[in-house]
Amino acid sequence: MKRDLQKAGIDSNLRLWLFVGVAGYLLLPWYGLEDFWTLGWVISFPLFSSDNPSGLFLISQGDSLWILPSLLTFLLSGFALRLPRANPSYSRLLMITGLSTVILVVTQGLSIGIRGWTTDWLGELFGPLNARQYGMGYGGLIFTVSALMIFCHGLASRPRKGADLFVTGAIGLVTAVVSVFVFFPIFIMLMSAFRTEDGGGSLLLFFQRLVEQKLWQVDCLVGAGPCGVAINSFLLAVSVGVITTVLGLCFALIIVRTGFRFNKILRALSVVPIITPPFVIGLAIILLFGLSGTVTTTVAEWLGLNPTRWVYGFTGVLIAQTLAFTPIAFLVLIGVVESVSPSLEEAAQTLRADRWTSFKTVTLPLIRPGLANAFLLGFIESMADFGNPLVLGGNLDVLSTEIFFAIVGAQYDQSGAAILATILLGFTLLAFYFQRFWLGKKSYVTVTGKGDSGIPTQLPKRVAIPAISIVSLWTVFTFVVYGMILYGSVVELWGVNNTLTFKHYITAFGLDWKDGIVWSGAAWDSFWTTMMISVTAAPFTAAVGLLTAYLLTRQKFFGQNAFEFGTMLSFAIPGTVIGVSYILAFNVPPIEITGTGLILVISFIFRNMPVGVRAGIASMTQIDKSLDESSATLGASTWATLRHVIMPLLKSATVAALVYSFVRAMTAISAVIFLVSAEYDMATSYIIGRVENNDYGLAIAYSTTLIVVMLLAILLLQFLVGRTKIGRRHAELESI
Amino acid sequence: MSQVIKTNAADVRFEGVSKIYGKDAVAVGDIDLTVEAGTLVTLLGPSGCGKTTTLRMIAGLELPTAGKIFVGGEDVTDLPATQRDIAMVFQSYALFPHMSVQENIAYGLVNSGMGRDEIAERTSSGMDLVGLKGFEKRLPSELSGGQQQRVAVARAIVLEPQVLLFDEPLSNLDAKLRRQVREEIRELQTGLGLTVVYVTHDQEEALAVSDKIVVMDKAKIAQIGTPVDLYDRPNSVFVADFIGEANILDCDVLSLGESESSVRIDNYQFAVGNVIPEDREARLAVRPRNIALSSESNPDALSGTVKKVSYVGSHYEYTIVGTFGEIFAIEDATLPLKSEGSEVSITFKGRGSCLVPS
Repeated sequence: MKRDLQKAGIDSNLRLWLFVGVAGYLLLPWYGLEDFWTLGWVISFPLFSSDNPSGLFLISQGDSLWILPSLLTFLLSGFALRLPRANPSYSRLLMITGLSTVILVVTQGLSIGIRGWTTDWLGELFGPLNARQYGMGYGGLIFTVSALMIFCHGLASRPRKGADLFVTGAIGLVTAVVSVFVFFPIFIMLMSAFRTEDGGGSLLLFFQRLVEQKLWQVDCLVGAGPCGVAINSFLLAVSVGVITTVLGLCFALIIVRTGFRFNKILRALSVVPIITPPFVIGLAIILLFGLSGTVTTTVAEWLGLNPTRWVYGFTGVLIAQTLAFTPIAFLVLIGVVESVSPSLEEAAQTLRADRWTSFKTVTLPLIRPGLANAFLLGFIESMADFGNPLVLGGNLDVLSTEIFFAIVGAQYDQSGAAILATILLGFTLLAFYFQRFWLGKKSYVTVTGKGDSGIPTQLPKRVAIPAISIVSLWTVFTFVVYGMILYGSVVELWGVNNTLTFKHYITAFGLDWKDGIVWSGAAWDSFWTTMMISVTAAPFTAAVGLLTAYLLTRQKFFGQNAFEFGTMLSFAIPGTVIGVSYILAFNVPPIEITGTGLILVISFIFRNMPVGVRAGIASMTQIDKSLDESSATLGASTWATLRHVIMPLLKSATVAALVYSFVRAMTAISAVIFLVSAEYDMATSYIIGRVENNDYGLAIAYSTTLIVVMLLAILLLQFLVGRTKIGRRHAELESI
Repeated sequence: MSQVIKTNAADVRFEGVSKIYGKDAVAVGDIDLTVEAGTLVTLLGPSGCGKTTTLRMIAGLELPTAGKIFVGGEDVTDLPATQRDIAMVFQSYALFPHMSVQENIAYGLVNSGMGRDEIAERTSSGMDLVGLKGFEKRLPSELSGGQQQRVAVARAIVLEPQVLLFDEPLSNLDAKLRRQVREEIRELQTGLGLTVVYVTHDQEEALAVSDKIVVMDKAKIAQIGTPVDLYDRPNSVFVADFIGEANILDCDVLSLGESESSVRIDNYQFAVGNVIPEDREARLAVRPRNIALSSESNPDALSGTVKKVSYVGSHYEYTIVGTFGEIFAIEDATLPLKSEGSEVSITFKGRGSCLVPS
């Protein structure tokens, strides 16, 4: 009886997608509309009207006939219902019809745009086209997804493959969205890097601009003037990568391996910069070391010199980025340091190695992958950082800011921005490549699942003393920086008028009472937009990330390595590049979402997804695979297993992914700055705007508020999702 | 025994089943096998012999590369685990750590879409059956290893599967508990009349619980038989040595009779109980416990020198060298000790020696 039910379930799945696809074609508007994403059109639901025509209505009017073939191939797949499932033609038919439908929709979408044919040769081939088409709407979207699912259904039904309907569908969906929202925009961006001003393409010009001296000169190294933009970015990123890795390692070692009495404070402190928008640190540096900064003026007075703008440039950006990104290195490294089995060092000591030797010969080599990871993160973050160079850069030009000015500046040089973005992407991909293929092959996993009764060895003195000194300095400095931020938000005008006042908070977040609340503060608009977009993006990010992690750890399928690489790739793509590529790719059909809130949400999902993937992989490898298997032998479908067994055990990974994507969405600037519009302005871009107008007080007050809001949100989320209850073991862990 | 939980025991049949990983890593090579309904069959063999893969193919956790699998006469080759009427007890028990004992046992029943009352009734009788009354609300981590194992068993049998699979179920228990639990499993199996396929690498465990044992070696079936069959009439050196240890000695076969063969080593001539095909070269397998040692010289026996002796409580273990090679022998501690270096004469007791094709 159980088995018959399942067989029926398989065909009903096919029927469902056929129905959904046809319904999308018949009932929903094929093209996007002005108020499309706000769902306003639903109210005046016009089934057959020329305002919001459905696919079928278009065809019946003789419009957009190019969408007809896809309907025909889609309907063909219905014949599979007449075939027995064991028949190989069943799966073949579904695969062919599903895939050709998707290809037909994509091809017509890419070849016909707002002004008819998108490329000249198509026009020459088919003659001029007077019709035009807009971005894809709900009808087109749902129809295409259904066709994709039918293709996956075909894949899953191949005899003797033992493929699962849910798993195949999930793989298909993740591959599709990653292709559309990661690879497609990057591809478009690369294409436009070749484009010349008259609209043609030139390989020669591309290479000329790529190797321009302005980008690559190294004069600063020999003291003969400024360096090229690319060289500046590279030197900065390497320095930040090295310094944050060393600092992060000091933190991790002290917390895991010493009885340093401020360990708890250190741990808490390390989280704070993560919930700080990165450029806020830059602001604090200005308050301390800027022209009218506290330290600068004090020292200048003391030495009898004129205060200078010394901090603007390489030094300032380096300090700010180091402060901002050290916690990231720390979070990577503490996991690695903790995972080094204590009994290994104990074993080394019984083999006549003293503490220093065993640290040097056992622990250090084991954490090398962690060090490489931490460096990579620091490198990429620094490359992509937009806020700090903008605030503190002075005459230092780096790639991320140059890209921004190429797009928003007077010249509006799309291909110039694309070339700079290509260089930036090249750097991070190279780093990513080295990390992955040079270190990635060696496995240093020391967590075996066997009980380990060893006790972490004390750090040797010659490591402990310098580490503690460095960390103490850093800590004091961080306290000063945050003190500055807090203090800066409540003084009238920094360095000029130090009277205490709440006026910045009132300007930003004032409330009036006139027949109900009036949000009179200047910051409310961007604040609520940011909240809304971050809250929308977080669950999707976590869902896509964890689903991908599940597929990667729990399933085996063809092309798994490529799949993993593709999903992790967006990790190596700097936000600036994402921003540029999104506006280039998504301001024209078939996907026309520039200027909407949706483009922000989507950019956050795919930018932060890799962290969800990593968190998911980390905790899923801790869950024994026999749990899935026993659930399967107990009759649960893959989806039921995921829902009832895996998900409940992944609560902490879920929280981590949710918190991270929320926080990143709140604090992100590098991609956001390209994607905001008048209607959807984000907090960070609003603050940067204030800083550019030298309105530091308001900017800092707003930033302080953001930090507090994020802290509260994290606590709330932790409280809501809670921890997985698995009894005694957990309690024991806590009491240690 | 409870009235609520019944049996749907069915037979399992493998027809030319192979499992090949990648291009040429053969895990299971072309095996034919029948497990009769209501019997307990053990898959026994050293690690890497393919026994666990075979078990997992019955469960549907692995699909065969070639061949067909039938359960209850029905072809299930292409069905995934979810759709087979089979339950499995995992080596690690695989209890869901976030669910109570009751929820764990009810899990499979919920998945098969049973009504709430029936689930409650079956769950509670399942817990009765394995003696876990009163532990309903506990989490798996709050149970001992033995109790966790009972939950895993209860979770499987409440589904009344056609076949129940055990994957080395005793390997996480201490030695004392092992004997008790394996007896309980056997009792449950005979009481309910279940079809059970049981994987182990411990030959003593296999001999103790099985109706039939399938000995596997290098992805193939080496021999199938009852415990007595395998012990008395192994068909290969491998089986003779794997089941109950054996000294393998070269010998001259003097004559092959109806039910007895006559054999000679050096000047020691004796009869062994089994017969092998005439055209095969044969060697002699002798169980260590079936060797009698004597300090008095005997011209009609083998003679050798004690190379090493160890005392292990209930008996002595001897290593003896002679012209025949080396023999490992076990003698009761009540018999007089033969000290290292002393000369001994060796005879084989009636049962327990046999010819195997070499």
